Amino acid sequence: MTEEDSSAKMSEDVEQYLKLNPPCSSSSSSSAVAFANKSGTFKSSSPPCPEHVLENVLENVLQFLTSRCDRNAVSLVCKSWYRVEAQTRFEVFIGNCYSLSPARLTHRFKGLRSIVLKGKPRFADFNLMPPNWGAQFAPWVAATAKAYPWLEKVHLKRMFVTDDDLALLAESFPGFKELTLVCCEGFGTSGIAVIANKCRQLKVLDLVESEVTDDEVDWISCFPEGKSHLESLSFDCVESPINFNALEGLVVRSPFLKKLRTNRFVSLEELHRLMVRAPQLTSLGTGSFSPDNAPQGEQLPDYAAAFLACKSIVCLSGFREFRPEYLLAISPVCANLTSLNFSYANISPHMLMPIIRNCHNIRVFWALDSIRDEGLQAVAATCKELRELRIFPFDPREDSEGPVSGVGLQAISEGCRKLESILYFCQRMTNEAVTAMSENCPQLTVFRLCIMGRHRPDHVTGKPMDDGFGAIVKNCKKLTRLAVSGLLTDEAFSYIGEYGKLIRTLSVAFAGNSDKALRYVLEGCPKLQKLEIRDSPFGDAGLRSGMHRYCNMRFVWLSSCVLSLGGCRDVAQALPNVVVEVFGSDGDDDDDTVTGDYVETLYLYRSLDGPRKDAPKFVTIL
Amino acid sequence: MEVTNGLNLKDTELRLGLPGAQEEQQLEVSCVRSNNKRKNNDSTEESAPPPAKTQIVGWPPVRSNRKNNNNKNVSYVKVSMDGAPYLRKIDLKMYKNYPELLKALENMFKFTVGEYSEREGYQGSGFVPTYEDKDGDWMLVGDVPWDMFSSSCQKLRIMKGSEAPTAL
Repeated sequence: MTEEDSSAKMSEDVEQYLKLNPPCSSSSSSSAVAFANKSGTFKSSSPPCPEHVLENVLENVLQFLTSRCDRNAVSLVCKSWYRVEAQTRFEVFIGNCYSLSPARLTHRFKGLRSIVLKGKPRFADFNLMPPNWGAQFAPWVAATAKAYPWLEKVHLKRMFVTDDDLALLAESFPGFKELTLVCCEGFGTSGIAVIANKCRQLKVLDLVESEVTDDEVDWISCFPEGKSHLESLSFDCVESPINFNALEGLVVRSPFLKKLRTNRFVSLEELHRLMVRAPQLTSLGTGSFSPDNAPQGEQLPDYAAAFLACKSIVCLSGFREFRPEYLLAISPVCANLTSLNFSYANISPHMLMPIIRNCHNIRVFWALDSIRDEGLQAVAATCKELRELRIFPFDPREDSEGPVSGVGLQAISEGCRKLESILYFCQRMTNEAVTAMSENCPQLTVFRLCIMGRHRPDHVTGKPMDDGFGAIVKNCKKLTRLAVSGLLTDEAFSYIGEYGKLIRTLSVAFAGNSDKALRYVLEGCPKLQKLEIRDSPFGDAGLRSGMHRYCNMRFVWLSSCVLSLGGCRDVAQALPNVVVEVFGSDGDDDDDTVTGDYVETLYLYRSLDGPRKDAPKFVTIL
Repeated sequence: MEVTNGLNLKDTELRLGLPGAQEEQQLEVSCVRSNNKRKNNDSTEESAPPPAKTQIVGWPPVRSNRKNNNNKNVSYVKVSMDGAPYLRKIDLKMYKNYPELLKALENMFKFTVGEYSEREGYQGSGFVPTYEDKDGDWMLVGDVPWDMFSSSCQKLRIMKGSEAPTAL
């Protein structure tokens, strides 16, 4: 349902209710006037006025609205609706922690139970942002600790979280249930220990691709004795050993545990013990998948039997240091698998074949390019339900061998017609293969192709990759996310601007000839929200062409382009609701970094509360 | 050291060309990161032979926890050269031995390192590569076995021969 549809339906529902339950006539206003009445004062002595009735109705209706788009639309109808919506919103999503202050959040919403907060932009993952740039969780936890004592869920992505923050969280929210930290850093095992110990209602503790310092604390032992409410425990990114006996004990007393993702310090023997204890698991991160000791003959645990016993497993990951001779142990669960993540395992086509040929129900498959085109062909032959494919490079360098190519891509497109999302790293590609995918997979919403060799043309024809990406935007009408690579001229961007009607996120690197390319995108792509560009020849003129829309975007990132300080200042001055940050790559200059006119990195975003006050010295806010 | 004001377009110019063309080398250099205090030295860049592919920061866009599935994580170290206006960063894990590392440094900073001998250190060029190890001591690059060096090196500094202390 679109935003317009849902508001219209909302009005209809309310009108219906009022017809059946006419408001009392003691006040002169009709429902229409009540609607228009924005003063919002409530007189408790008089009979319920229409407006109050209306608010009750709204409250009851709004509980059915969970989508934030719908709720945002509701809040725009009038002040009364805004108020009721604010009272009944329990989950809030903040895509950029600097777009508003914590105070604004706590002022508007009084009853939050769940917060999703995102910090740094994605390019920070690739060392393009100096450390200590910001995105601290501290002010948020401080504000929410006071405002929402009944907070249950916190989900953070790319935030800087300290052990103190985690301690404050654990102390402040007695009913706290779910903590998810994705791509976060700044904390260690001591912070996790406090969460484990103090959050007695904890159901979810998921640490995903986060950097967790080893404080040499046995955090697993910090979970309290007695039955635990744990449903999900993920610590595969924690690069430190754990107390296995404590983990086993925890699993034994967690009857609701469905998801368990162990780290590489859990051996195959230990995994076996865990599986025996928790046959109800649906999602398993297998840790190292490598035995501690050499096989001891009959003492060899029956790994296949353990997998057979775990009938409910639908999601497998881990295999961090896997030994190929044990891989077939997972065979009993293959037919049930909907998600398989081999992306940390150097699996050859030969190893993959016997496994994948049973995985008829797989919807999500992540792997390394070690499976080669051959492996992809096997996936294409069997995995007809595939929705999401990610192929990562085993050797992530520009001039490495390149075991996957257009051959694999084309095979997938022909075999997996329901594909919706693809991330594909390769060394070389052809327009033909990309075009084939655009034609065979009309359901694509995410297309991210990374040709690792910069500026690499179609390796068969020698032409730029314009036509391939052009075909993607023309044919994949549902596309919302696009990442481009290879040799691309301005023409490719004219296609993207013209045909990328639903694109919300666009990633560009080492592409384009001139400002025209950036202009095509900023003057087209009506739904563009997130634009991240690096090392492309885009300058002030290109930047200026987007002035009309920066207020309606989440952020724009431009690094190692051809921007000047003057051009960035122009944007900052013209758009007071947009924060324009400029900084260099090293971030360790104590003095004013902006000495020349050249701008290394521009990061701009809309903000309701003006420039942030916590910017480090190397960041200049224009 | 002059600080360049105004747009240094030549340095940041990105031109297209198939691999092997002279333009390619220009591309290589201008894509490598530097801060905005860069000096305009493109005259030397044009005449130098095409450098070995210097590793570009953050490319390909793979998170560090995914890189080097066999080895441990990436280790970026800062590299400074006496007299050069800006720092670079390199990933030590990309190099397997001293010759590879030294060749990359030579290409990055446009210098040649001299002949290395255990007793005399680097002779003949006036440039001496040094590094700071985990204990904060400054050592001569090459004195310890490669693995020991790559796991303990925190920072690199290419000293001009006359400044290199004999204590090293």
